[in-house]
Amino acid sequence: MRRRLHTRILGLSGRLLVGLILAFLVLPAFVVTLAAFNDRAILSFPPAGYSTRWFARALTYRDFRIGLWNSLVVTAWASTLALAVGTGFAIALKRYVFRLKGGLEGVLLSPLIVPHFTIGLGLLVLATGIGAARGFAVVVLTHVIVVLPFVIRSVYISLQNIDERLELAAASLGARPGRVLGTITLPLLAPGLFSGWLFAAILSFNEFTASLFVTGQATQTLPVAMYGYVREFADPTLAAVSVIYIAVTAALLTVANTFLGLGKVLNVEQGR
Amino acid sequence: MLSKAADRSPPASLPGTAANPRPVPAVRLDGVVKRFGAATALEETWLRVEQGEFLTLLGPSGCGKTTLLNLMAGFLEADAGEIFIGGDLVTSTPAYEREIGIVFQNYALFPHMSVAKNVGYGLRMRGVPRREIAERVDAALALVKLSGFSDRSPRQLSGGQQQRVALARALVIRPKVLLLDEPFSALDKNLRGAMQVELKEIQRRLGVTTVFVTHDQSEALSLSDRIVVMSAGRVRQTGTPDEVYRHPQDRFVAGFIGDVNLLPASLLARAGERATVAIRDLRRDVEAATLRGCAVGEEVDVFVRPDHLAVRQAGEAGTLPARVAALVYQGSHIDLHADLAEGGRVVVRMPGQGALATYAPGTPVGLVVPQGGLAAFPARDAAPSPLPQGPPDSRPSSLPPEPGSTR
Ligand SMILES: Nc1ncnc2c1ncn2[C@@H]1O[C@H](COP(=O)(O)OP(=O)(O)OP(=O)(O)O)[C@@H](O)[C@H]1O
Ligand SMILES: [Mg+2]
Repeated sequence: MRRRLHTRILGLSGRLLVGLILAFLVLPAFVVTLAAFNDRAILSFPPAGYSTRWFARALTYRDFRIGLWNSLVVTAWASTLALAVGTGFAIALKRYVFRLKGGLEGVLLSPLIVPHFTIGLGLLVLATGIGAARGFAVVVLTHVIVVLPFVIRSVYISLQNIDERLELAAASLGARPGRVLGTITLPLLAPGLFSGWLFAAILSFNEFTASLFVTGQATQTLPVAMYGYVREFADPTLAAVSVIYIAVTAALLTVANTFLGLGKVLNVEQGR
Repeated sequence: MLSKAADRSPPASLPGTAANPRPVPAVRLDGVVKRFGAATALEETWLRVEQGEFLTLLGPSGCGKTTLLNLMAGFLEADAGEIFIGGDLVTSTPAYEREIGIVFQNYALFPHMSVAKNVGYGLRMRGVPRREIAERVDAALALVKLSGFSDRSPRQLSGGQQQRVALARALVIRPKVLLLDEPFSALDKNLRGAMQVELKEIQRRLGVTTVFVTHDQSEALSLSDRIVVMSAGRVRQTGTPDEVYRHPQDRFVAGFIGDVNLLPASLLARAGERATVAIRDLRRDVEAATLRGCAVGEEVDVFVRPDHLAVRQAGEAGTLPARVAALVYQGSHIDLHADLAEGGRVVVRMPGQGALATYAPGTPVGLVVPQGGLAAFPARDAAPSPLPQGPPDSRPSSLPPEPGSTR
């Protein structure tokens, strides 16, 4: 009897704990969302009246419009480039045994260890040094470096799930290496490539620290524009932008989930 | 120790040398060696696979069967030696130009293609016209009795059906050689039997040269024209199923093919091709070839098949004294396990069920040892039996060192 009660209490408190943690995870988004609809021109919680005017301002504010456009351009380039480069490296890491493989692995995953501001600062110094100034190329390069480890990991895991004998069978049936890649490896890798690209895109779209260093007035991305805004104003526009951010990212993931299944996209499912 | 020169030329006993030219073999391996790091997966190997032959590579796990097959397929590069397919030197020809059909144990069907697309893959890679592809795919599927499955996904097929698709996919390109790496070991026993019969039928009908890998000796005995018995990266014996079963050249082959008993004995005399051994006070005639390096008086082991032994009353003249240890019912026969008076356990295979009633465990019996069908080898600790290709070794101490802690 005693024991039963004991386990019940344990079970109940366990569930409560899990519930609290989950609530805590979504708490910031919740607070910001409410703040975005605040009628008063101040970032506060709880809201004191309902309005959507901050959304209107967010969408018309010049810096945000430019920032959003810049962000989209940078994200598109950075995630696509990172996917191409990362896929190549992942295949090399998986398929070819060579000396320095461990070293290469370390270098490729190092952006996980090196702080983003170091990456940003380093590239800023370098860019100024060679007179490249704060062009888009530098921003894109920065983002590629930041997201590359995630792309490589994602593609690498998908590669590991491909049975090498499929490629051997294809080769024995007369397929040259290029055609094996095109007809067997890449089609089987597609979900992994897509998830790698999606990760890269989300990370790049949200990247702030390194971007702060390498962007200029003309190239600033949306997070940088938001930072600039919050230094001058304290109205809920920023909260409205955050809500838009969340909505866009959620929409992206929903689309991915509908077409591929979240398990596949996030690479948590083992391949057949 | 063999001299350097002798090392490099094929053993004289091998066919295909200048002295007696023979038809071009489907596959020829000339002194092929494969190493992985410090470990030798395949020691110098000389092998001929004749046109239309069904050849089986048989040996325990890790003996190098897959390595040998992968070398033929072009998935691995040999460290030494030459490989010929249909008379052409292919040692450094990539897999996609070798025109080889391969079937893996796990089927390896392309999961993103239908059955028909899988089977037609090789033809598409060869640029065969569409109409012809459709016809040949249909014919191949009919051959493996899977007509009507064209549009299915491999996922929707049973293991046996998947393996048929894999077979059709390999055969449809009309390969010069068909390679199969333990194709049936993932199937249950009944299905395996049925697939074996079917494979053999198809192979005979098409006349395609086939190299089949298995570690299952009964599969090897029932399917093959010839068997290559391997162990520890080395070919131990090549011969027809009957040759390797009845005339094993060394104790590894004798022990690996079929069930076998070992009777302690000593070498009494040797005369030309024959030798006489004494098993206790029984004298038996054996081939002398397998006793090379063994002096008269030395201990030898006599190998005898369970179904060649018979059981009599204890004390009957010309029998070995033993005691029944257990009776194991096997359906079609009974296995009688008996302990020899001088130590060691033997199995006697007895047809019919009578033994169950007659021989209770503990009963003393006399074992009849046949006059023929025996093979003798130097006793275990003595020098290993000789082979034309240098000293084969069953002693683990002489194995190449395992590769260091990689990965
Ligand atoms: N890629 C590799 N790298 C290192 N060692 C290998 C490699 N492939 C095989 N080996 C080693 O070579 C030896 C022969 O392997 P192989 O796969 O040919 O054996 P097998 O006879 O096919 O065994 P099984 O019946 O288990 O399939 C083994 O000791 C194995 O560990
Ligand atoms: Mg194998």
